[in-house]
This record gives sequence, structure tokens and C-alpha cells, in this order.
Amino acid sequence: MIRVEDYRRVAPPGVVDIILTLGERVRGKRLLHLSGGRFGGGAAEILQTLVPMMTDLGIDAAWEITGGDPAFYSTAIALQAGLRGAERVLTDEALDHFVEMNRVNAKKLSLDADLVLVHDVQPATLIQHRVAAGRWVWLCHFDCSRPQRRPWSFLRPFVNQYDAAVFSLPAFARRVGIPKYVMYPSIDPLSEKNRELTLREIATTLSGLGIPQDKPLLLQVGAFNAADDPLGVVNVYRLVKKHYDVRLVLAGAASAEPESAGVLAELREAEHRDPDILVRELPPDAHVQINALQRAATIVLQKSVQESFGLGAAEAMWKGKPVIGGFAGGLPHQIVYDVTGYTVHSVEGAAFRLRHLLNNRELIARMGAAGREHVRRSFLITRHLVDYMALLIHLTQ
Amino acid sequence: MRRAKHPFVFTGCVELRQTLDHRATDERELLERLEEVPAGSVFYHTHGYFLRHRPITTAYGNDFAAWVAAHLRDQVLAERLAVVNPFEFATLEDLREELASVIHDHLMRLSSVPRVELGEMFYFQQSHIVEVNLGPGAETLAEFRAGLASVDASAIYMHMVEARARLGRRAGDFAEWIRDSLEIPDLADKIERIDTYMTNLERVRARVLTLVDAALEDATA
Repeated sequence: MIRVEDYRRVAPPGVVDIILTLGERVRGKRLLHLSGGRFGGGAAEILQTLVPMMTDLGIDAAWEITGGDPAFYSTAIALQAGLRGAERVLTDEALDHFVEMNRVNAKKLSLDADLVLVHDVQPATLIQHRVAAGRWVWLCHFDCSRPQRRPWSFLRPFVNQYDAAVFSLPAFARRVGIPKYVMYPSIDPLSEKNRELTLREIATTLSGLGIPQDKPLLLQVGAFNAADDPLGVVNVYRLVKKHYDVRLVLAGAASAEPESAGVLAELREAEHRDPDILVRELPPDAHVQINALQRAATIVLQKSVQESFGLGAAEAMWKGKPVIGGFAGGLPHQIVYDVTGYTVHSVEGAAFRLRHLLNNRELIARMGAAGREHVRRSFLITRHLVDYMALLIHLTQ
Repeated sequence: MRRAKHPFVFTGCVELRQTLDHRATDERELLERLEEVPAGSVFYHTHGYFLRHRPITTAYGNDFAAWVAAHLRDQVLAERLAVVNPFEFATLEDLREELASVIHDHLMRLSSVPRVELGEMFYFQQSHIVEVNLGPGAETLAEFRAGLASVDASAIYMHMVEARARLGRRAGDFAEWIRDSLEIPDLADKIERIDTYMTNLERVRARVLTLVDAALEDATA
């Protein structure tokens, strides 16, 4: 049972009172979320917490998902990849079938609500079946600023039927004929991935992962692919290792992309040659392990060269760690340069900033504390809930 | 203790951000877009800066100066834009004209226009403010002090920034209420003189509290 009051001890002072006051204004409003699934990251991860919080406030909040046959899912995946800029084959037949399957979904679902929030691509064409009174908003949780022409030509007429769209960053938005709002994503401070852990829990978890705690720990959590640049992080570590006896942990999941196997093989080779490089493949639900690693880290890296919003930086800052991140996606919006960490453009830049911090240890604590307060204000789920309620009020009152 | 003619009701706010189709990749485009965006966007990137940079002391004071410094690496223009105090202008159009004039004068002295290379474009935005009533009103200076100490920082923004700049209450709500309703003009004058530029909302709160505490001490002495 998730209760808004539980967040009073972690949210900024006064925010829960604002939420409760806004809640009184929207009590009884019918709000419907539509997404492609209930599990995994992105929209689903956020909705697992936000929907119960909305219910706790007296909002008549519901969350429905769309489904279909394998062809429907594969077209949804290809469409989303195409909108992210990847080249994919999308036939007219596949797109027609996709629209038809959502017509079937519309028949099964009750779409009558004061505000209908449609998350990402899979349910996007349901807008054709909107019920007269409600307002409809499309929420795009990924960067669709540089889509391939074909998927965007398909989706744009649907998007333009919505009353508004929401993007994570202005830079992620595509030009459309409807108002575009901006909401940063958020982290749940009470979730398994972010809740407080005791020193014993951290030690036990790291021991289970085979990671000793006898040296300063540099950590990157992310996919083993070129976008997250773990090989670049190994090169950063090697530059730093000349001066400081540190250990590097690369934790994450191998992705399904073919390049991922090659990246992982190179990382394994690096691990084999240097006992202070530790590569840990983790399952998608390794939330406590990631939490413990971030809490045990001295400095966290997110040296991505291509990134969506990249909430890993906010997660690490919430645990009081300075973050050195690549200048990509949402990282420059999370990391306040020289206050909560640094954004860098190169391996050398990351190594320079790591050495600077390791040589000025008092900065690590100071930046970590500033980062935690920055996240408290800007990236907790309480702020996200406020954003949703502001949208509900703005569009329905 | 003196009671106010009308209670002071603290009002916080939440901000719904809207991105516009105006963006700039260099200083000339920044000037051109600045001249055509809605006045609400000028407000968002100047006065609204304080609402979004609550815990961190502002280095530049507005989004234009911050972007020019961080993404174009043009410290000269950043400094010139940073000293434009939005609270000194009677209207948003006056403020827009001053900002445009600063950029125009700067461009006249340059042989090449600084452009984004590794950084991010400037995206013009505006916001919709949803006001939030924060509880029962204060009827005495002591009640006002207690309320001020605990309200969400957005209430400081609403009463000290939004009230003055967008709602036309030039003295700010705190000073206006203390002068007109509590009839303590000396304290009202001091609060009205607080410089809300180049600082953050928590420091503004602390300064108002310090002045109120001094007035409360004087009253009991």
C-alpha cells in the first residue's frame, strides 16, 4: 500500500502539503493511464508508484494496457525504434494491422475519463476512439526529436489529434501542432532501488556480488553497449589508476543488440587482465544490488555518449554521490556542473574530473550532499505527481 | 499584539512547463527568437528562473545568460545579460527590449557569431502557474512569521516575484500586507527593499524572517 504521507520524510518541506491541497481540487476526477505493459522500466516503473499515490489522494485513477498478437508487439517495437532514429522496416500491412489491433483494444477498454494519458507508442493510435468529453494527452518517454521519416509520418496524424503532448525534455520533442509540455521523469525514493540500506545490507550485498570494499570504488551502472560507453569508462579508469589505487565496477545488463556481445567480450578481457576491474551482469530486477553498489561507490560515472534521460545519475545523486556524466540526453539537466558533479565530453575529461575529486576528498562529500538536495527538489516522484496534477487541473478546469 | 485588518493567506504554486517551437543555436538566433516569443516566455526565462533554481545560488540570474555562458562560452555576453535585473522593469516588454538591446549591441562588436558546438540549443519555454492555497491565514505578525518559516518555497516566489512582476503588485505581497493591513510601514519598507535578484528563494525567506524577528523583538522590548 503506497501512501502519499509516507513521502513526507523524504520530500522537500511543504511539498506533501501542496500535494494534499491539489488532491482536494482533483478528488473524484477520472484519470486513465494507457500503456503498453505493466512491467519493466520507463512509464511502467513510474506508473507502479504514481497510480496508487493518485488513488490515495482520491483521484479515480485507472491504468489499462493494450495487447495483441506477436505481429502487433513487433510493429510497436519497430515503430518506437524508428521514432528513436533507428532504421527499421515497416510495411503498410504491419502498420494497418497495428491500427486494427488497437481498434480491438478500444472495444475492450473503457476510455471514458476526464483525462486520458497515453504513454509511448503502443497505445498511441487509440486516440481515434476517444470519447467526446475527456481530454487526451500523449506522453512520450523517449527522445523522438530525430525519428526516421516513415514511422514519424505514420504517427504524426495520430499525435495531432491529442489535446497536448508531454516530453521529458524540450530537446526530445518533435514539432507537432498541439501544445507540448515538459515533465522530467523521476525516481521513487522508497523503492527497492532507492530506499535507505543499512551498512550491513550494503556489505552483504557487495559480498554476494564478489566486490571487496577495501579501495575507493568507481561505478558505472548501465547497458553494455556503445551508447553507455563502458569501454570508454575502462579507459578513464586506466588513466586514473596511474595515480590512485581504485577499483572499477561496471554493472548492468547485456542488451539484445548484436553489438552488446562484442562490448561485453572486450570488458571481460579487460577484467581478466586487471583484478581491479569488475564486470557484473545483473538481471533486470537486481534493484537492491544496484542500490547497494551506488551507496558503496565513491564516485559514480554515467559516461554515456547517447542517452535518453538517464535517471541513473539522479539515483546516484540521491545516494549522496557526485556524478561524472557524458554530455548526452538528460544528464546535463541532472548534473549541476561543479556543484553536484561534472558533465564531460571525453575520456580525458572524465579522468581529469575523477582525479580532481579523488585529490580533493572534501569535494566528494560536499557535491554528494548538494546532489541529494538537488534530486530531492527536482527528481523525486513527489514532484512528478505534482506535475501530473497540475496537468489535470490545467486541462480539465 | 496588533491584529491585521485582513488575514494574510500564503499561496504556493506549481508550474506546468510548456516548450515552444522557438529555438536558437547562436546569438543572432537568440536575438531574433527573443523578439518574437510570447511575453510569458520572457517571464519564464527571467523571473521564472528563481522558481526552478531554489536550492542552488544562481550564478547568472536568468536562462539567457546561463545558456550563453555554458553552451556558447561567451562570458562577455553572459555577464552583460546577467546584470539585467528583471525586477527593475515596469513591463515584460521593457525587459524584452533591454535584453534584445544588450544582445544586439554585443553582436555589433563581434566579427563572428558564437554558435553552439558541443552544447545544447536554447529552447524557449513558458509556463502555466497553478496556485495552491496553503492553509489558514495569519492575523498577527507572529502568525505571519510562523507561516513564513514553514511554507513551501514556491510561496516566497508567488508573493515576492510573481506578485511584483506579473500581477502588478510592485511592493510584493508581504510588504503590502504589512503596510496596509498590519500598519507597520517601517517593516514594510525594509521588506520591499530586499534585493530578490541574484539570490535564491530560501535566502529571501531568511532575510524576511530576520526583519520580522527584529520587529517582533522591538515590539516586546
